[in-house]
Amino acid sequence: MKIPCPLCGARDSREFSYLGHAGLLDRPAPDAGDAAWDDYLHNRDNPAGVTEDLWSHDYGCAAWVVVTRNTATHGILSSRLAKDGAA
Amino acid sequence: MAFSALRVLKEGLTGNSGWTPHWRDPAPKDEYDVVIIGGGGHGLATAYYLAKDHGITNVAVLEKGWIGGGNVGRNTTIVRANYMMPGNSEFYSHSLKLWEGLEQDLNYNVMHSQRGQITLFNSDGARDAAMRRANAVINQGDDAELLSVGQLKKTLPYLDYDQTRFPIYGGMLYRRAGTARHDAVAWGLARGADRRGVDIIQNCEVTGIDTQGGVVQGVQTSRGPIRAKKVAIVVAGRSAQVAAMAGMRLPIESHVLQAFVTEGLKPCIDHVVSYGMLGHFYISQSDKGGLVFGGNLDGYASYAARGNLPMAEHVCEAAMTLMPMIGRAKMLRSWGGIMDMSSDGSPIIDKTHIDGLYFNGGWCYGGFKAIPASGNCYAHLIAQDRPHPAGAGFRLDRFATGRGLMDEEGTGSQHNLH
Repeated sequence: MKIPCPLCGARDSREFSYLGHAGLLDRPAPDAGDAAWDDYLHNRDNPAGVTEDLWSHDYGCAAWVVVTRNTATHGILSSRLAKDGAA
Repeated sequence: MAFSALRVLKEGLTGNSGWTPHWRDPAPKDEYDVVIIGGGGHGLATAYYLAKDHGITNVAVLEKGWIGGGNVGRNTTIVRANYMMPGNSEFYSHSLKLWEGLEQDLNYNVMHSQRGQITLFNSDGARDAAMRRANAVINQGDDAELLSVGQLKKTLPYLDYDQTRFPIYGGMLYRRAGTARHDAVAWGLARGADRRGVDIIQNCEVTGIDTQGGVVQGVQTSRGPIRAKKVAIVVAGRSAQVAAMAGMRLPIESHVLQAFVTEGLKPCIDHVVSYGMLGHFYISQSDKGGLVFGGNLDGYASYAARGNLPMAEHVCEAAMTLMPMIGRAKMLRSWGGIMDMSSDGSPIIDKTHIDGLYFNGGWCYGGFKAIPASGNCYAHLIAQDRPHPAGAGFRLDRFATGRGLMDEEGTGSQHNLH
């Protein structure tokens, strides 16, 4: 599996570490309450199909990358830098 | 039709013409007391124990594929009870005891083989961790024995003990651990449930869960609607999709775990052997002769039921480091399973926010060994609306409250750390 890094181009997935669903970028406010934080930390849509998740290019440019890919096929559709925010 | 040595002999002498199908193929009825969504090992065990222990026989098991075609037929068949955390510890101990009586109970040969598991360690720290775990296992009433390198060399002569990178410091032997024939477990439980009146309905996919005023009414399926007083979800690997039909979001992320098997060989590996090094590797030999082995998750969300090459390479490197002889064997096939990874690495058996709807899932990469106890505890919860003592820790609200989290690896309740 090759991950397209927006800065470095397509690289072997071994250069990256995986964090989880890109919803982690939408951090609740500190005072959002227990239910919002529980949902953020633990619950996932976990789609069987197209998803967005966060990969860190550890052995490359160290950028956080949001990768749009299909969990049912391992096909990779697109990627962007996480610092650019939501699509 | 009961199995016995006499019967096998008689059939052998009469051309094996008297065997009949192990379970019926009924059409779904309009209504059941309990509908179980998912005809895997856990779903079949749930139906079996509902009928056997609680006398509830008006039960349907709905399976979208065929019996034995899901994770129950795709795992590496290891049965062990070396868990440490309160909640897990008593549950897996309960499960091992049920395994030990399962074949007599089912009148079915599931080829449960208590050949022993040896967990190797490669550093002083790993030895301490192994001894801590072993003491927890002894405290739960089961057994564990520390093996020195000298003892190991007699038991496992084929390991590379003199390697410089991961020298073997010793091992922990769990004598009652072992393997079972995974398909036979599914078939035996299906037969046992069917004989007690449970309808096992294959090729029947659930497409919706009907509720009214917060109470479950039944399910919609590819073979028409079915009313039910109680509906039990137990669909490892597809929990998110089925739970979403009831408006639930779960603390579960689905990952891929690969497994590998070699060509059939003469008996050479007598135990289940696992190896910690900088990752994970485990191996056993099936009764057909294939070496069955695997390692860690690939490490990203996936429903593809196949993995990628980096983990395949890592697992084969670990195999070669541990037992160089394996390099002479040809790999026959590899495959991937869909693992319900919960955020603390432990399962869920609980009621839901909908009356009469129950959830069982999140078995991570350890569901096979749990089959009897999972069915036993889930049946208890469904029948009596209160948890079985051995499964009472598997609450759905532990993630929100933080009480009773069971992170066996001590990494906390975080999705990408298990």
